[in-house]
Amino acid sequence: MSGTYLGLPAFPEAARTSTKDAQLRANLTHATHTIRAKRAGAVGELADWQGLRAAGAAIKDHTLRHLDTYLEQLEAAVTAAGGTVHWAVDAADANRIVTELVRATGETEVVKVKSMATQEIGLNDHLRVEGISAYETDLAELIVQLGDDRPSHILVPAIHKNRSQIRDIFRTAMGEWGRPAPDGLSDTPADLAEAARLHLREKFLRAKVGISGANFMVAETGTMVVVESEGNGRMCLTLPETLISVVGIEKVVPTFRDLEVFLQTLPRSSTAERMNPYTSMWTGTTDGDGPRTFHLVLLDNGRTDTLADTEGRPALRCIRCSACLNVCPVYERAGGHAYGSAYPGPIGAILTPQLRGTADALDASLPYASSLCGACYDVCPVAIDIPSILVHLRERVAQGGEVVTAGRRTTIKPAKGHAAERAAMRAALVTLDHPVAWRATQYLAARTRRLHPRRLPTPAGRAWTDRRDLPQVPAGSFRDWWREHEKERAGRTGAPARDTGEKGGAQ
Amino acid sequence: MRVALFVTCVNDLLYPDTGRAVVTLLERLGVEVDFPSAQSCCGQPQFNTGYRHQTEPLVRRYADAFAPYDYVVTPSGSCAAMVRDNYPKIARKAAAEGRDDGLSQAAAAAAPKTYELTEFLVDVLKVTDVGAYFPHTVTYHPSCHGLRMLGLGDRPRRLLEAVRGLELRELEGAEECCGFGGTFAVKNPDVSVAMGEDKVRHALDSGASVLCGADNSCLMHLGGILRRDDAPMRAVHLAEILASTQEQPFTPAVSGAVR
Repeated sequence: MSGTYLGLPAFPEAARTSTKDAQLRANLTHATHTIRAKRAGAVGELADWQGLRAAGAAIKDHTLRHLDTYLEQLEAAVTAAGGTVHWAVDAADANRIVTELVRATGETEVVKVKSMATQEIGLNDHLRVEGISAYETDLAELIVQLGDDRPSHILVPAIHKNRSQIRDIFRTAMGEWGRPAPDGLSDTPADLAEAARLHLREKFLRAKVGISGANFMVAETGTMVVVESEGNGRMCLTLPETLISVVGIEKVVPTFRDLEVFLQTLPRSSTAERMNPYTSMWTGTTDGDGPRTFHLVLLDNGRTDTLADTEGRPALRCIRCSACLNVCPVYERAGGHAYGSAYPGPIGAILTPQLRGTADALDASLPYASSLCGACYDVCPVAIDIPSILVHLRERVAQGGEVVTAGRRTTIKPAKGHAAERAAMRAALVTLDHPVAWRATQYLAARTRRLHPRRLPTPAGRAWTDRRDLPQVPAGSFRDWWREHEKERAGRTGAPARDTGEKGGAQ
Repeated sequence: MRVALFVTCVNDLLYPDTGRAVVTLLERLGVEVDFPSAQSCCGQPQFNTGYRHQTEPLVRRYADAFAPYDYVVTPSGSCAAMVRDNYPKIARKAAAEGRDDGLSQAAAAAAPKTYELTEFLVDVLKVTDVGAYFPHTVTYHPSCHGLRMLGLGDRPRRLLEAVRGLELRELEGAEECCGFGGTFAVKNPDVSVAMGEDKVRHALDSGASVLCGADNSCLMHLGGILRRDDAPMRAVHLAEILASTQEQPFTPAVSGAVR
C-alpha cells in the first residue's frame, strides 16, 4: 500500500505496548461499547435485516464476478457525463495521477473528504512532498492530522483520543494549520465542534480543488455516492472548481437500484443511524452547479490479485462500515494502530495481507490477530465470513502456496518464523494419529506430573505462564478411568467389556 | 441408539473428570455410552493455525472411530463446531485441489451425528431437568464457538436453571470472547490475557463462587488466571455440575485437586 506503514512492528509486539496503555484502553472500551449497543438497536429495528444482508452479499458477489464489465460500463457513463476516468494500478500510480491533476490546476492546496482509499495510498504524505497541502475536513481526520497521528478506526479515526486530549491538540496545533482555536477552548463536544467548524470554514471557502473517495459508484449511470454525517463532505464536493475522486475498483455496483440495500445497511451498521444525515451523489459535471471538472481515479492496488483468490475474495465485499471493529474484543484491547494499516480490526486483518501480501512480518502476523470468536461475522452487513478467511490466510502464511501477485500466479514459501511451529504440528500429528503414541504421551505426562514447573522457560511456554497457571496434569487420563469403569460395569452386569481395545497404527 | 463419547484430546489428557461426568450423567439418564479408543483429536488446533493438510488424517480417524455409532456426544462446543463446520470445508478444499482421499465421505458421515453435550441433552434426549443438585452460586460463560457457530442459544442456561440448589448469577459481557482462541493464547499473549482478565473481573463481580463453561479450553485459560490470582472462584465444566446429585455429589476423583 503506502510507505507510511513500512517498518512497523508485528501485531503481537505492537499490542504488547498498547494493551498496557490504560488511557487508550479506557477510551476504546467506552467508545466501542457505546456504538456496539447503538448498532444492535438500529439493526434490531429491521425485520428483514438478514434478507438485506444476503442481498448485499449477493450484489457484491455478482459485481465482483463481472467486475471488468461493470468497470468499463462505469467508465463510459462517467465519460459521457463529462468526467475523466484514470486507471491506477497501484498506490504510486494513483499518487502520481492525483499530483499531476492538482498541478494542472495551478493550486497548492486541496480540501479532502474523509476517504479510506487515499489513506490506503498515503496520498497526503505524497502531496506534501510534492509541495501541495491537503487539508482533512472530517472532524476525526482533522484531529488525527493536527495531532500528527495515524487513524486507528475506519469510521472514527480518532477513536483512541478522548475529548480532553482533542482539546489539547486543537489548542496546540490549529494555529499552525490555519485559524487557531478560540481562547479558553473547553472540552465539551459542542465547543470542540464549533472550533473545528470555524477552522474548517475558511478552508472550504478558499479551496479550488477537492479530493474525495466514494462509498459507491453506479455503473449504469456513472453516479458517485458519498455517505457522511457531518456535512463537510458536501462542502468539499460542491464548492471547489475541480473534484478528484480516488475510488477502489470494488466500490462499483451495477444499478442505481442496488443502492436501496446499502443505504439501509451502511448507516445502521456504522453510525447506528437509520439514515445518514448527508448522502451526496453526482454524475460527471453539471453546468452552473458544483465542480466544473471531475476526475475519477480508479484504484486497483492489489484488488485484482485479491479477486483471483476465490476464498479470500469476499473481503472485497466490504463497505467500510466498521461494525466488525466495534464488536472485536481484540481490536478493543490492542487498538487500531497495532494493525499497521489504514484498515484496522478484523476486516483489516483479512484485507491488508491480501492487498499488500504476506512477505512483511507485520502483514504475516495479521491473520493471527484474532481469537476467531466470530463476532465480526455476525455483525457484517455483507456477511463476510471473516474467521474463515483468517484461517485461509493463516494457511498461506504457515504453509505457503499459490497466490496472484501483480497479476502473476506464483507459489510463495511459508513466511519466516514458522519452521518450529511446523515441526511441532508434524510431531503432534504423529502422536494424535497413532493411538500407541498418544497413550504413551498421556502415560508420560501423568508419570512426570510432579515435575511440571509452574512457569515454563521456552518463549511459547512463557507466553502462557507469565500471567496464567498451567493446568495440573491429573494422575491418570480419561481412558485410564474408562478402562476401570468398563471392568466394573462388566463385573456388575455380567456383560463383556465393550470394544475399545487399543488399535495400533495410523488408519 | 448407539451413542459414543468424543471426550476430546484436552479432556482426555488434562480434564478426565469432565469425561467421567459426561459418562455418569448419560448413564444416569439411561443412555448407554461407549468410548471408542481409536479417537484422539478433532484437529482444530492444526486447522485454525493454518495446517489444514495435517488435519486431514484426523478427519478420517474421527470418522472411522465413530463409524459404528448413531450419535457422537462431546463436552466441547468448539470441537463439535470443528467437526460440523470445518470437516465439510476441509473435504471441499481437498476436492478443489484435485484430491478426495476419502475426506468427503468422512466429513459427510461425521458432521451430522456430532452433538455438543447440551444439544444432545436438550434436542435428542429432550430433557432440561437432569436431576442434578449443586448448591453453589454459579455464573456461566458461553464460549464463542458454541454460541456463534453451533447456535447453542439458551440450552446451557436452561439446563443450569433446572439444577436444584444452584443460584445462577448474570455475567456482564457474557457473549464476549474470553481470549483463549487456541494458539492465539500464545501467539498474542498480551491481548489474550487482557481479554481473560476482563472476563475474570466480570465473573468475580457476579459474586458467584463457580465459573461454569461448556469448553474446558476456555476454562483452562480463565482457570489459569483465577489460580494465578488466588481468586475465590473455581472454573468448572457444565458436565460436572449436571453430573452432581444430592445422593452422589460429583467430586473430582481421577485428577485429584485439579481445579
